[in-house]
Amino acid sequence: MTTARSASKINNFVIKIATVNGTGSASANGLLMKALFRMGIPVTGKNMFPSNIQGLPTWYEIRASKDGYNARTGRIDVMIAMNAQTYRKDLAEVSPGGYLIYDSTWPREQQLQRQDVTVLGLPLAQLVNDNFAGARVRTLMKNIAYVGALCALMNIDRATVRKLLEETFAAKPKLAASNLQAIALGYDYASAHFDCPLPVQAQAMTATAGKVLIDGNTAAALGCLYAGATVGAWYPITPSTSLMDAFQGYCERYRKDPHSGENRFCIIQAEDELSAIGMAVGAGWAGARAFTPTSGPGISLMSEFIGFAYYTEIPIVLFDIQRVGPSTGMPTRTQQCDLMMAAYASHGDTRHPVLLPADPGECFTLAVQAFDLAERLQTPVFVLSDLDIGMNDWMVDELVWDDHYRPDRGKVLNDEDLADMDKFYRFMDSDGDGIAYRTLPGSDRKGSYFVRGSGHNQYGGYTEDATEYQQVVDRLTDKWQTACKLVPQAITHSSGSPNSIGVIAFGSSHGATTEAVERLSAEGCEVDYLRLRAFPFGAEVQAFLDQHQSVFVVEQNRDAQMRSLLLLELHVQQDKLIPILHYNGLPIPSDLISDRIKTHLQSEAVA
Amino acid sequence: MSFITKPKVSWSGQKKNALGMTLNDYEGGLSTLCAGCGHDSITAALVQAFWELALKPEQVIKLSGIGCSSKTPAYFLSGAHGFNSVHGRMPSVATGAQAARRDLIAVGISGDGDSLSIGFGQFAHAIRRNLNVLYIIENNGVYGLTKGQFSASADPGSSNKKGAKNLNQAINPVAIAITLGGSFAARSFSGDKQQLVPLLKAGLMHPGCAVIDVISPCVTFNDHVGSTKSYAWTRDHLHASSAADFVPPATEIIVDYAAGETTNVELHDGSTIRLKKLDPEFDPSSRSRTLEYLEARRADNEIVTGLLYIDAEMPSFHDIAGTAQQPLTTFDFDQLNPGAEALQQLQKNMR
Repeated sequence: MTTARSASKINNFVIKIATVNGTGSASANGLLMKALFRMGIPVTGKNMFPSNIQGLPTWYEIRASKDGYNARTGRIDVMIAMNAQTYRKDLAEVSPGGYLIYDSTWPREQQLQRQDVTVLGLPLAQLVNDNFAGARVRTLMKNIAYVGALCALMNIDRATVRKLLEETFAAKPKLAASNLQAIALGYDYASAHFDCPLPVQAQAMTATAGKVLIDGNTAAALGCLYAGATVGAWYPITPSTSLMDAFQGYCERYRKDPHSGENRFCIIQAEDELSAIGMAVGAGWAGARAFTPTSGPGISLMSEFIGFAYYTEIPIVLFDIQRVGPSTGMPTRTQQCDLMMAAYASHGDTRHPVLLPADPGECFTLAVQAFDLAERLQTPVFVLSDLDIGMNDWMVDELVWDDHYRPDRGKVLNDEDLADMDKFYRFMDSDGDGIAYRTLPGSDRKGSYFVRGSGHNQYGGYTEDATEYQQVVDRLTDKWQTACKLVPQAITHSSGSPNSIGVIAFGSSHGATTEAVERLSAEGCEVDYLRLRAFPFGAEVQAFLDQHQSVFVVEQNRDAQMRSLLLLELHVQQDKLIPILHYNGLPIPSDLISDRIKTHLQSEAVA
Repeated sequence: MSFITKPKVSWSGQKKNALGMTLNDYEGGLSTLCAGCGHDSITAALVQAFWELALKPEQVIKLSGIGCSSKTPAYFLSGAHGFNSVHGRMPSVATGAQAARRDLIAVGISGDGDSLSIGFGQFAHAIRRNLNVLYIIENNGVYGLTKGQFSASADPGSSNKKGAKNLNQAINPVAIAITLGGSFAARSFSGDKQQLVPLLKAGLMHPGCAVIDVISPCVTFNDHVGSTKSYAWTRDHLHASSAADFVPPATEIIVDYAAGETTNVELHDGSTIRLKKLDPEFDPSSRSRTLEYLEARRADNEIVTGLLYIDAEMPSFHDIAGTAQQPLTTFDFDQLNPGAEALQQLQKNMR
């Protein structure tokens, strides 16, 4: 079955590169991936790196897929085994019929040979040591040399690689020259010693026009920039750090006054997450678009303030770039494990809109929407990304911006509005949508009010009165109903054939699920697919559940959190929802989903 | 109760400030603190300070954490936006609000539990950032709302209402502020309005983080023999010391402490605390000398009051962050959004 699936190996392969972190392999892998992209071949990269600075094993998976699939597949067609420490494991991972390329400068144990894998040895270290001086340069060039070898072995366009290197080192022509020399070393050796190209190979096509390679954290940072966010507070935590790094970079570029050099932004590295969210809350209260990027452990610490902002109705945006939990877990591995926490974060009756981007493109658009929703609903809004989306380069449609966009600042009264009013009451629902009007600090004293996390009545006053308290929290429930209508709707892909099998997925499971659903369809098994894009769920999600007899819920956590959330929030029989779970820290492979669905359906047919 | 509005009484002949506003215009809701609470005296001093400086209430934001002290922002400046945050987290909220609205004057009111225990980290980092805020610690050495536990500022050897002795060392917020590189550190006494008002004014005008530790006795839980932070009911003793003065900062911030006197404050339970007013020659520009002085006086069981350290030239939070002079919330969207073409351009290197 697996072999049938991947009959043609042209523009349809997975390269996995095993190296040691801190050796500069990231640039070599980026170069390789971008070369494929420039050849017009859809490509995705998955970085599987250790929580470490230097010296531990690290892997990078590049998938080229002429059909545009971006998930992992469970296949490895070409392994570049540069790390002797993991060689045994790396060899074992290669799919039957695949190739393993290693540095033959040092002898390798014969007993590790596999009959169903073609092992190609290139003396990369030797080649590099003979041509370059200096330990650091040699380490870096050895990585570039394997890119050169792959150009020959896999028909990757050498001119494209040359151009990329020249662009990268435009300011440093010497470096460009040495990199090109390393490419030539690998290329020439491979050409001379092996039958090039291998059947697993690249061929130029035109499927990347209008696309870009971008990671989700960069895209989310652009979303914050374009949404007009001015205050960002954060505490460094993997894998969210690059979001603020990117925001800082873009602000330096686009938000500095051209004359005075003054910043039209304020980024604050807080002392901890308790403080980072407090800063965002303070800024949101004061009328700025404010956000904090973090990961699961940060959300745990922020929970008290999240409930506060919910109850005091202060807009903030939280980016949770999920990583493997519980506790410190595996900080450099991915999961969708914070869903339940984000949905109900904090003590007391609290619930929060959670947006679920499926790729970097949506990190951009949903980031913007998150700010609009936060201000419209006057409440914390989560953007729930994860390490896979946040830190890996994905091929997505070029990000586009509509210059007609204007931020939705929600119900904010200015001094003129206040002048026309008899009296201002902060928490009174005058429109029937559960959303009260707010004023901002600095506005006329007629609009002043006192924010408090303690019991308050609709007038904004302190209360311990049973009726007054309940009136406010009941209005928050009304506001939640409004939120149901405002958050992005789920997207349904109907198979078009009458069937009663549904699949639900969200976030970074989307790519793998799409591939699995299409694969099942090709094999004659039609299923409908609903992709959730937000919590709370809209009426379309209830309808989908109603319309299908069995619904598979695909997610990357152990406890089936999305399934639980659906059961809690909607009307559905428990046994109707069949969990498909993947939670080992690596991005979910598409094979796993299609295989589990098939196995389940077959076992039901037998029963 | 704090939801009871304080009736505004006005009569002809009330003194008006430069804005034509009376003291009443700077008041807030009715205090729900215990009758005679030192915190209410601080509130009154704040009202006086704002009135004397002729600040518009809406120019001010008042923030607090949780605890008795943190209730007080409701009791002054009802025309200002107020923010009663979560326990120990006032500084972070003030930081965010300042980031967004640097034109507003931030007053943060905290207590010894709020700042020296649960919020010690945020207290420290507000100082470290030299955040533009007047940071008042209403310090009574005790947790009032939870009925009388020692706080981190309780002096070793002092006893609680039930007679149990505190054996832990006391955290001294003024010394902490100075060692953390704070730009303004002062201490006063809630009952000493003459000293407190000018200090508050100086703190409000200080371009950075002005920490004022105000000893503010708890009339209910820390007002007994054995307490070192009891309520001074005899105001007369304090009046014996000379009045302080505040010169608006057109030229420089000076607080004049003419007296070098030590005052024994007799408490209604018969015990006394000794307050030491700084010598007029005292030079508040040296960290090391101040710390040495504080330590020497502490050995004699004296609580030094006055402006202990100031450096008005130290770069503030906004100087460091490079925040625009214009408040961030007031920029037009076009000044924040680079536009469609820029987005297209910047993606060129993503191919």
